[in-house]
Amino acid sequence: MFSSFMTNAWLSGTVVALLAGAVGFFVVVRGASFAAHAIPNGAFAGAAGAYLVGVNPLVGLVSFALLSAFGIGVTSRRVRNDVATALALVAMLALGAAFLSASLIYEPTINALLFGEILGVSSAQLWPVLVLGVASVLALGWLYRPLVFTSVAPELARARGVNATVVDVAFLTVVALVTALTVPVVGALLTFSLMIGPPAASRILFARPGSAIAGSVGLSLATIWVSIAASYTFNLPIGFFVGAIGAFLYLSARLLVRRVPSTP
Amino acid sequence: MSWLFEPGWWANGTVRTALLVGFVVALVSAIVGVFAVLRGQSFAGHALTDVATAGGAGAFLFGLAPLAGFIGGGVIGAGAMDAIGVQRVKGRDIATGVVLGAAMGLAALFLFLAARGSSATGTTQLILFGSIFTVGSSTLVQVAWLSAGVLAALAVIARPLLLSSLSPELAVARGVRVRAVSLVFMVLLAVAVGMSAIVIGAILSTALLIGPPASALRVATRFVAGVALAATLGVLATWLGVLFAYDSYYWFPSHRALPVSFFVVVVVLVEYVIASLARRRGAAPSSPALEPEGWT
Repeated sequence: MFSSFMTNAWLSGTVVALLAGAVGFFVVVRGASFAAHAIPNGAFAGAAGAYLVGVNPLVGLVSFALLSAFGIGVTSRRVRNDVATALALVAMLALGAAFLSASLIYEPTINALLFGEILGVSSAQLWPVLVLGVASVLALGWLYRPLVFTSVAPELARARGVNATVVDVAFLTVVALVTALTVPVVGALLTFSLMIGPPAASRILFARPGSAIAGSVGLSLATIWVSIAASYTFNLPIGFFVGAIGAFLYLSARLLVRRVPSTP
Repeated sequence: MSWLFEPGWWANGTVRTALLVGFVVALVSAIVGVFAVLRGQSFAGHALTDVATAGGAGAFLFGLAPLAGFIGGGVIGAGAMDAIGVQRVKGRDIATGVVLGAAMGLAALFLFLAARGSSATGTTQLILFGSIFTVGSSTLVQVAWLSAGVLAALAVIARPLLLSSLSPELAVARGVRVRAVSLVFMVLLAVAVGMSAIVIGAILSTALLIGPPASALRVATRFVAGVALAATLGVLATWLGVLFAYDSYYWFPSHRALPVSFFVVVVVLVEYVIASLARRRGAAPSSPALEPEGWT
């Protein structure tokens, strides 16, 4: 389990969990679950497109994730947020379906993109993951104050002149970056589970933003580590364990703390 | 007209079934979708597709009828969302997200096991993306009956549902059991979405559920007109999509047709852009969705 070919899996899994745990807290607090679901699907379409034209999949992942994020952030000023997200989502998925049918990709490759293939992470892939990961952490640190402010007290933030749209688009950009890193590791469908389950559980357990973020990062680290170990031991897709543990954590937190979570 | 309809279009049985199924599914999706968009349940509507897909993958694995798997999965998912708290606007996002996350994990497991158990390729893609050209005529009959059932049930709860969607406080004051109506709608949504996910795939299911109603609600000023326009736009998008996909076989020298879902989504988005532009021209002064008075 700790042999040399697993090193990349543990390293990339840890980076991904750190990022998803931190970003996921804001996804949960801001009610941006749908966007967090749509952006990975856009990234999936980008990866399929990258295979079609023969460029590095990471280029496709990053560019399409950013495209989805901008699409959602900009259009949701005019339309209802959920409708804008749904339309962006189907547009991206339809492009992905067209790319897939136009290129001849092996089914295992598609399944790896959808459901994750943590053993498939090579050392060459690890560097961009680390670089973009550090960039995302810096961006999140820079956004921290306006993000907490607009999430916890939106009216007050507006009164103080914080531009909610700018914060929103900047936040979705960070989500897109983190997504592009996470998709090759845990897959397009389960990136979402990692961004929702552990943070939602942590938000029930901890009232203050600081401790809730720390708890969210801790829970998502535990989730990914247990998932890697279980996936290795039982030879089942890692996505199953990420999804199951995320739901388990949320339900346990709900049963443990029998109170309605305090203000957002 | 031969430039529009490539050879064999009129004589093709598969095309005829696809057009019929597309008509039924687009109609039901658009009508259910108007309520989903009005209630701000686009996310739940989409999530139920993926939940239904997990059910379908499970049915495939255990050798059950696929349609039962899709609809059973969707209804269980709808019940779980309701139990966690889909009825509170604040908790809705999280409830949907947690159920969706868990369902994705199950789908990963079922599809992995199903792929290991059989040598057939393309299973994953067929389950996830679906194809309107693979629908058999026996499925068509089942889909028609289910659609009739969904529409009949929706007609029964339409008035209280509309009232509790637009003004929950007023509905409570009038004695509407908002909670029960909401649960019934979630189940109807799950059945409609599960049914469309199996015949046209998860992408199109969401596209037809949200796209045409969102376009119609941008321009229509009365509820009934909105429903009729949404249904028309949905059926139009589906039929044009099937036609373009059929024709696309002849567009490229390689003879590789592009998927129906791609063309339907393109038409749906074009319709939406046109509806938005029409509204800006002043067809409707302000969003009818925000003005309940003109709607009942």
